[in-house]
Amino acid sequence: MGRYVARRLLQMIPVFIGTTLLIFLMVYALPGDPVRGLFGDKGGSPAVINALRHQYGLDKPVLVQYWDYMRGMILHFDFGTQIGSDQPVTQVLGQAFPVTIRLGLLAFAIETVLGLVLGVAAGMRAGKATDTAILFLTLLLISVPIFVLGYIFQTVFAFQLGWMSPSVNDATNYGQLLMPAIVLASVSLAYVARLTRTSVAENLRADYMRTAIAKGLPRRRVIGVHLMRNSLIPVVTFLGTDLGALMGGAVVTEGIFNIHGVGGTIYQSIIRREGTTLVGLVTILVLVYLVASLIVDLLYAVLDPRIRYA
Amino acid sequence: MPEMTTTPAEKTTTTATGGPGQPEQKPEKVRGLWGDAWRDLRTNWIFIVSAVLIVLLLVMAAFPSLFTDADPAKANLAKHYLQHPNYGHIFSADWLGYDAQGRSVFARAIYGTRASLLVGAGTTLVVTVVGGLIGMIAGYFGGWVDAVLSRITDMFFGIPFLLGTMVMLNSFPNRSILTVIMALSFFGWTQTARVMRGAVITVKSQDYVHAAKALGAGTPRILFRHVLPNAVAPVIVVATISLGIYIGAEATLSFLGLGLNGVSWGNDISDGGNSIRIAKFIMLYPSIMLSITVLAFIMLGEAVRNALDPKQR
Amino acid sequence: MRGAKSAKWVAGAAVVALAATACSGGSGSGSGKSDKAAVNPNGTFSVEVGEPQKPLQPANTMESNGSIVVRSLFSGLVGYTQSGKLTMINAQSVTSKDNKTFTVKLKPGWKFHDGTPVTAQSYVKAWNWDAQPKNKMTNSFWFSDIQGYSDVAPDKGKPKADAMSGLKVVDDNTFTITLNKPMPYFAYKLGYEVFDPLPESFYKDPKAAGQHPIGNGPYKFVSWDHNKQIVVKKFDGYKGPNAAKNGGVIFKNYSKLETAYQDLKSGNLDVMRQVAPRDLPVYKQDLGKRAVDQSYSAIQTIAVAFYSKQWKHINPKVLQGLSMAIDRDTITKTVLQGTREPATGWVAKGIMGYQPNAAGDITTYNPTKAKQLIKEGGGVPGNKISIQYNADGGHKEWVEAVCSSITNATGVKCVGDSKPDFQTDLNIRDQHKVKSLYRSGWVLDYPFISDFIREVFGSKADGNQGGFSSKKIDDDIAKADSAKTLEDSEKQYQAIEKELVNYMPSIPLWYYKVNAGYSERVSGVAYNQSGDPILTGVQVKK
Repeated sequence: MGRYVARRLLQMIPVFIGTTLLIFLMVYALPGDPVRGLFGDKGGSPAVINALRHQYGLDKPVLVQYWDYMRGMILHFDFGTQIGSDQPVTQVLGQAFPVTIRLGLLAFAIETVLGLVLGVAAGMRAGKATDTAILFLTLLLISVPIFVLGYIFQTVFAFQLGWMSPSVNDATNYGQLLMPAIVLASVSLAYVARLTRTSVAENLRADYMRTAIAKGLPRRRVIGVHLMRNSLIPVVTFLGTDLGALMGGAVVTEGIFNIHGVGGTIYQSIIRREGTTLVGLVTILVLVYLVASLIVDLLYAVLDPRIRYA
Repeated sequence: MPEMTTTPAEKTTTTATGGPGQPEQKPEKVRGLWGDAWRDLRTNWIFIVSAVLIVLLLVMAAFPSLFTDADPAKANLAKHYLQHPNYGHIFSADWLGYDAQGRSVFARAIYGTRASLLVGAGTTLVVTVVGGLIGMIAGYFGGWVDAVLSRITDMFFGIPFLLGTMVMLNSFPNRSILTVIMALSFFGWTQTARVMRGAVITVKSQDYVHAAKALGAGTPRILFRHVLPNAVAPVIVVATISLGIYIGAEATLSFLGLGLNGVSWGNDISDGGNSIRIAKFIMLYPSIMLSITVLAFIMLGEAVRNALDPKQR
Repeated sequence: MRGAKSAKWVAGAAVVALAATACSGGSGSGSGKSDKAAVNPNGTFSVEVGEPQKPLQPANTMESNGSIVVRSLFSGLVGYTQSGKLTMINAQSVTSKDNKTFTVKLKPGWKFHDGTPVTAQSYVKAWNWDAQPKNKMTNSFWFSDIQGYSDVAPDKGKPKADAMSGLKVVDDNTFTITLNKPMPYFAYKLGYEVFDPLPESFYKDPKAAGQHPIGNGPYKFVSWDHNKQIVVKKFDGYKGPNAAKNGGVIFKNYSKLETAYQDLKSGNLDVMRQVAPRDLPVYKQDLGKRAVDQSYSAIQTIAVAFYSKQWKHINPKVLQGLSMAIDRDTITKTVLQGTREPATGWVAKGIMGYQPNAAGDITTYNPTKAKQLIKEGGGVPGNKISIQYNADGGHKEWVEAVCSSITNATGVKCVGDSKPDFQTDLNIRDQHKVKSLYRSGWVLDYPFISDFIREVFGSKADGNQGGFSSKKIDDDIAKADSAKTLEDSEKQYQAIEKELVNYMPSIPLWYYKVNAGYSERVSGVAYNQSGDPILTGVQVKK
C-alpha cells in the first residue's frame, strides 16, 4: 500500500510539470500583451510599457519565465503578481477559491445524493416506468446546454415564482448558492444517476446477490451492503474526478449568477492575458485532480476486496 | 468539467468487449456481437426515434433549402425587427418570427444545423482517430510506451476542458469550423484514448490474439485485423455520445463569444439572450434545435451501448 | 461571456457637478432636481461598479471602474460643467499670457484626508513622480506637453532628470507650468485625474497607498473588499464647491449588469451606470421617472485602415458613399435599442466646440446617392469590405446591422470580422494588420474640441491607429493650437471638422448615451460627460 502510494506520487510529478508547462505555453502563444492591454485604445509611454514588461519578466524567453515561475511557486509559495491589479496572485486565488469551493461542494453534495437516489431507484426497477422516466430526465439534463438551463431556472424560480434570488449577492449564504449549485450539478447529476442505474441493474443479477438472498439475509442488508458496495465502484471513479472539474468548469454558471469565483477569474485572466493568474489557477486545479484520482484508486481497495495494492 | 463533460462511459463499457465476432463477415452466419446488437437495435424504440431524428438532421444540414426558401443571412431591420412569430404560416420565413437583426428565426434554425453537425462530426472523427490510435498503442504495447502515453493523457486530462478550449480559441485570430474542431479535439481525445486502452488490454490477452501471434502474424496485422475489431465497440459508444456533447460544447463556446462566425445555434442563442425580456422566441427555437440534436446523439449512443453489452439483455 | 460588462476605456475627465449648475442644467433626464421628500444628509447609497483593474492611484487609473472611485477620493485643480465650461475646484485660478506658461493659484486651507495641507508642492512633486518611467504609471504620457518631460521619460535610453523643468513652485499656494509649445486649451487637460495631487504619505509606500488611498476629494476612503465592494464616506473637512450631499458611497461590485439591474429593482442597489442590453427594452417601463436616458461625450466610428492594400489610394468619395449606405436611424432605434444617437459629425456632444451637422449630408441614409458616390469614386476595391471588432465588447450586434445595411443599399459585400477579445483586436491594430475597416471610437479626455480632432486625426496622434495622414489637416491643427485665445482656437478647430468630410478619416456612426437608473431611496442623480453618475449630488431619502 505504502509503496503504491509512493509510486503514484512519483508519477504525479511529470504530469504536474507537463500540465503547467502546457498551459504556460498556450497562454504565451496568445496574441496581445497584458501590459500593452492596460493602456487601452490610446497607447502609452513606451518607456513605461518597457519598464512594466521588465518588472513582470515578460521580456525574458518563455522557458526562463516558466522556470522562474515554478521555482518561485515551489520554493516560496509565490505564484507571481497579477499584472493588472499589482496584487499577489495568491491573494487573488485566496479570494476566488473559497467561493468556488463552497459552490462546488454544494453542487457535489447535490449530485451525489440526488444522482444516487435516482440511479438506485431506476436500477432497482430496470425496464419499468420509473426507469424510463428517470432515463428521460437524465437525458434531458445532459442535452439542454447549461446556459439555457441557467436562464430557465432564473426565469422560472426567480422571476416568475420568486422563490429564490436571481443572483448571488453574498457568496457565504448557502440559500443563495442553492440555485447555481443545482444548475452546476445538473449534468454530473445525470451521469451519476445513469452510472448508478447501470451498475445496480447489473449487480442485481449477479450471483452473489442470489446467494445473499438465498442465505436468507434481510433485504435491507442485501441492498445496503452487498449491492451498494459493489455498485458504487464506477460511481466513485466519476465523482472523484468530478470535484476538481466542478470547480474549473463553473465559468458559465458563475457568469450567469454573478458569482466571483474561479470561473470568473479564469475568464478575466484569459481575456486580459494574465498568464500568472491563469497558470496559478490551473496548478491548483491540477493538484486537486491528481489528489482526487489517487484517493479514488485507494477507495477501490475499500470497496472491492479483490483489489489489493502492493 | 460538468458543463460540457465527456461521458464516463469507460467503466461500464470496457467489460462489453471480448466476443470473437468478426464484423467483416456476414452477421447471419456468425451471429456475433454485431449481429446480436443489430437485431436488438431494430426493435429498440430509443434507437428508432434517435435514428429518424439524426437522418432528418443530416438532410437538413445537407439541403437546408428543402425546408425553407428564406435566406438566413438576409436582414431587414426596418421591416422585421423582433417581429413576433406567425404560427399560422408554417414553414414560411415569418413562421417563428424574426431576430434583432431582422432575420428569419426559422431559416436560421434550419441553416444552423450544418455548422453544429460539422463541428460535432469533425471533432468526433479527429478525437476517435487520434485518441483511438494513442489508446491502442498504449494498451497493446504496455510497458514504458504505456507509461509515457498514459502520463501525456493525464496531462491533457488535468486541464479543465472548457478552460483549455477557451485559451486555444483565443489564440486563433480567425475562427472557423476547423479551428473550433481543433480546439475541441486538442483536449477531447483523452477520453477515447483511455477507453481504447482499457479495451485493448482486455482483448490482447484473448486466445485468438495469442493464436495469431503464434502463427507469425505481424504487429500491424494483429492490431488492425484482430485487436481493433474486437476493441472498437466501447469506442463507438463513446464517439456517438461525445458527438452530441461536442455540439453542446460548441454552443457553450459561442455563448462565451468564442464560437463560430456565421450562422450557428450557439451564436443565435447567445444573441437572443439580449432580447429575452421581450422576445423569448428568438432564443427558444435554436435552443430547442440544439437540445434535440444533442439528445438524438446521446440516445443513439445509449441504444448502441445497451445493444453491445450482453449483460444488459 | 458576451453581455458581461467590459470596462470602458474612458480617460474620464473629472466632470464635477457644481451645486448650482447641476440643478439648473436640466439635462433632460428629469434628474438633478431633488424632490420634496425629507433628505438624510448622512445617508449612504450604493453604486454599481466592476472591480477596478489597477490600484487606486490617480495616475494609474484608466478604465471606468477605477476612475469613478478615484474621482470620489481626489479633487483636481479644475472641473467642467455639463456643457463643457471650465470651473475651478482646488485652483483659485489658472492663468496664462502666452498660452505657454500657466500660473496656478490654489485655494488656501485645503487638507488631505490625513490632515496634511494641500500645497503647490503636493501637485508638482506628484506630477514629477507620476511622470518617471520607473514608477510605471499608466497615464504618465499625459505629462508630455510639459517642458522637460522627454528628459524624465525619454522613449529610449536612461532618464536624464527626475523632475520636469517646466514645473516651478513659486510659494505654498502658487506654481507655474511651462509647456513645450503654446496650447490655448491646456487648462482643460488639468481636469483629468492624472493631474491630481498626492499627499506626502503616498511616496513612503505607493503600493499600499493604491490599496488604501488618501486623497483630497469630497469622500475619504474606508475599505476595499476586493471583488465585493469599496466603501467611502463623506470628508467633513472638504472645502471644494462640490461637497457631498450624502454621507458616503458603497461601490458594489457586479460582474454582470443584468444582476445589478435585478438588485436595483429589488432595492439592493441604488444607482446604476448602464443598463444591460437584455433589460433595455423594459427599463423605462420598470423604472418610470427613475430611468435615465441622456447623451454623453463619446462617439463610435468605423475607422479605415489606410495602410491596407484596399484603402491605400482610395478616393474619399467611396467612403462618403459607404457612410450614406448606413441607416443610422433604424439601427440606433432597433439593434442598439436607443442607446446611441445618430452622429452628424466627428465631435461628440457635451464638448466645447460641438456643432450640429458638421459632416453635412454624408451621415444621412440615401442608398441612391451612396451607390452614385461609390461609383464616382471608382468603386470599393474587391467590392467587399470587412469590419474588425472584438467579440467581448458587445459590438457584434451593431457591426452586423451596419454590414447588412451597406450590403442591402449598395450591393457591396460586408462581413463582421470578429476577434475573440480586445487584446487580440488591439494587437492586430497596433501591428497595422487590419485588412479593411475596424470599429473604433473616442471617449472624451477633456471637453474641448481639440480632443476629438487633434488626438484622433493628427498624423502622429496616439489615437490615430489607421494611418490617416494629411499635411493640410496637420498644418491646420498646428495653426489652431497656436491661436491667441481659447475662442479662436475653438473656431479654427470647428473649421477643421467641417473640412474632414473631404478626407473621410473615419465614418462617424453615433454618439453614446447613458441608459441607467436609480432606486426610490435616492434623488438628485445626474450623469456627467463621461457617462458616470455625479456622486456628490446624490441625496438619500430618510
